[in-house]
Amino acid sequence: MQYMLLLTSAPGEGPQPGSPEEAAEMGEWFAYDDMLKQAGVYVSGEALHPYETATTVRVRDGATVVTDGPYAETKEYLGGYYIIDVDDLDAAISYAEKVPNIGYGSVELRAVLDLSELTG
Amino acid sequence: MPRSEVAEVFGAEWPRLVATLRSDLGDLDLAEDAAQHAFATASERWPVDGAPDAPGAWLLTVARRWAIDRARRDVRWARRVADVRAALELPQRARGAVADDLLAMIFGCCHRALDESAQVALTLRYVVGLPTASIARSFLVPEATMAKRLVRAKKKIAATNIPFQVPDREHLGDSLHGVLRTVYVIFTQGHAAPSGDLIRGDLCDEARWLAGCLCELLPDEPETWGLAALLAFTDARRPARLDADGEIVLLSDQDRSLWDAGAIAEGRTLLARALRLRRVGTYQLQAAIAAAHAGAPTFDDTDWATIRRLYAVLGKLEPSPIVRLNEAVAASLSEGSDAGLALLAPLGSELADYHYFHLAHGDMLVRAGDPAGARAAFDRALDSCDSETERRAIGRLVSSRLGDAPQSERSST
Repeated sequence: MQYMLLLTSAPGEGPQPGSPEEAAEMGEWFAYDDMLKQAGVYVSGEALHPYETATTVRVRDGATVVTDGPYAETKEYLGGYYIIDVDDLDAAISYAEKVPNIGYGSVELRAVLDLSELTG
Repeated sequence: MPRSEVAEVFGAEWPRLVATLRSDLGDLDLAEDAAQHAFATASERWPVDGAPDAPGAWLLTVARRWAIDRARRDVRWARRVADVRAALELPQRARGAVADDLLAMIFGCCHRALDESAQVALTLRYVVGLPTASIARSFLVPEATMAKRLVRAKKKIAATNIPFQVPDREHLGDSLHGVLRTVYVIFTQGHAAPSGDLIRGDLCDEARWLAGCLCELLPDEPETWGLAALLAFTDARRPARLDADGEIVLLSDQDRSLWDAGAIAEGRTLLARALRLRRVGTYQLQAAIAAAHAGAPTFDDTDWATIRRLYAVLGKLEPSPIVRLNEAVAASLSEGSDAGLALLAPLGSELADYHYFHLAHGDMLVRAGDPAGARAAFDRALDSCDSETERRAIGRLVSSRLGDAPQSERSST
């Protein structure tokens, strides 16, 4: 079963941009990426630019409304994602707890809907 | 076979039947529906045809047949009919395998990705077999609300593939902790039912049954034995916890001759078994405290010094202000009210809204010769207590401690 790991953290948490700690964490992300690939569970994954650069788009009554910023003010913002293919939720949890920023961020785990199950 | 005998078989066979079917079919919903169908068929057929020699096997056969039929007709199952058919042809389970299915069922229902109240509800429904209405009553919610919660939990189990299996050694500790907590919560819901019927004996019985199952299935886990012992000791007091008018009787005032000697003896056997495994844990410590109470002829003649030491160890394993409050109470009774008050003082802000804190505080002040301070503490206990029945119990305690002195009187003892 495929699971999406939504990687979130609060602004200001974690290493300062440009610091040696940030460089070290970057190395951990590359290692984590490699680990997923070597375990054969990696499907896809990307890191995102910070939430301040977000653009939110809505269409209301036929008119497109574009706003600067994320769609909702929250405490934690999406910073990237992975999709992995593992047996069950316990296996997904075991990969989530190894994410490099898990000490200050969080991972929301969502099972990917298998559309073929709906259409039979 | 009369209907009541079907009910008896239900109690014995439901958990095993649902667990086996879930394991065969890989789906809790289908397993539940098939088991329900099998029991409905039994309650029609057995009174006419007589009960089969092996009711468990009979029920499983009927349930499997129904499951394959249902799978054939349902698009959701269309691709899995072959699996269901294969499951149908599996031989009847050996006893050990059934135990494994049941244990897997308990661990699945108590999975940490499920909300604690969902864990309790799922366990009561699928392991114990309580009807939804009865579970709803223990949560004080309408039956429809509980039914929705169960559906939501089952959806999450299916959608996210929550495993129904006993974790490997390395992860057993964490998961077992959740399972034991669920059993404890079920017991507490029965022992201190939040309103209406103050004690739900059925929930206490089911929790003790579950704890017993876990001991049988995981005999090398000391905390499992410790929990079973704790429940036995606590449940022994059940006949003395309410008076003839249905009012709560505090431990200090209970008629100890009403305590269930059989349950106390069982508690001792279970605790001894736990201690032989030589890995101390919080349930074993709580059971040891309950054992000290069970062995005391009166409240005053209790080994409070031992109880205080046990609470001190418990507080190290699981730091909590409630444990420290209990330690303070035991200290006040073994060493005097000054010792108790000294331990109580640092807890005041953390437990400001906890009525037992103010009750204990008031009690210690009475014995320290400060009736005015005691009355203020008892007033705060009443203010912070939501339960009408407990407020009445506090009221009775206050008048027994302070006499019937009016509120304004501040000098007499």
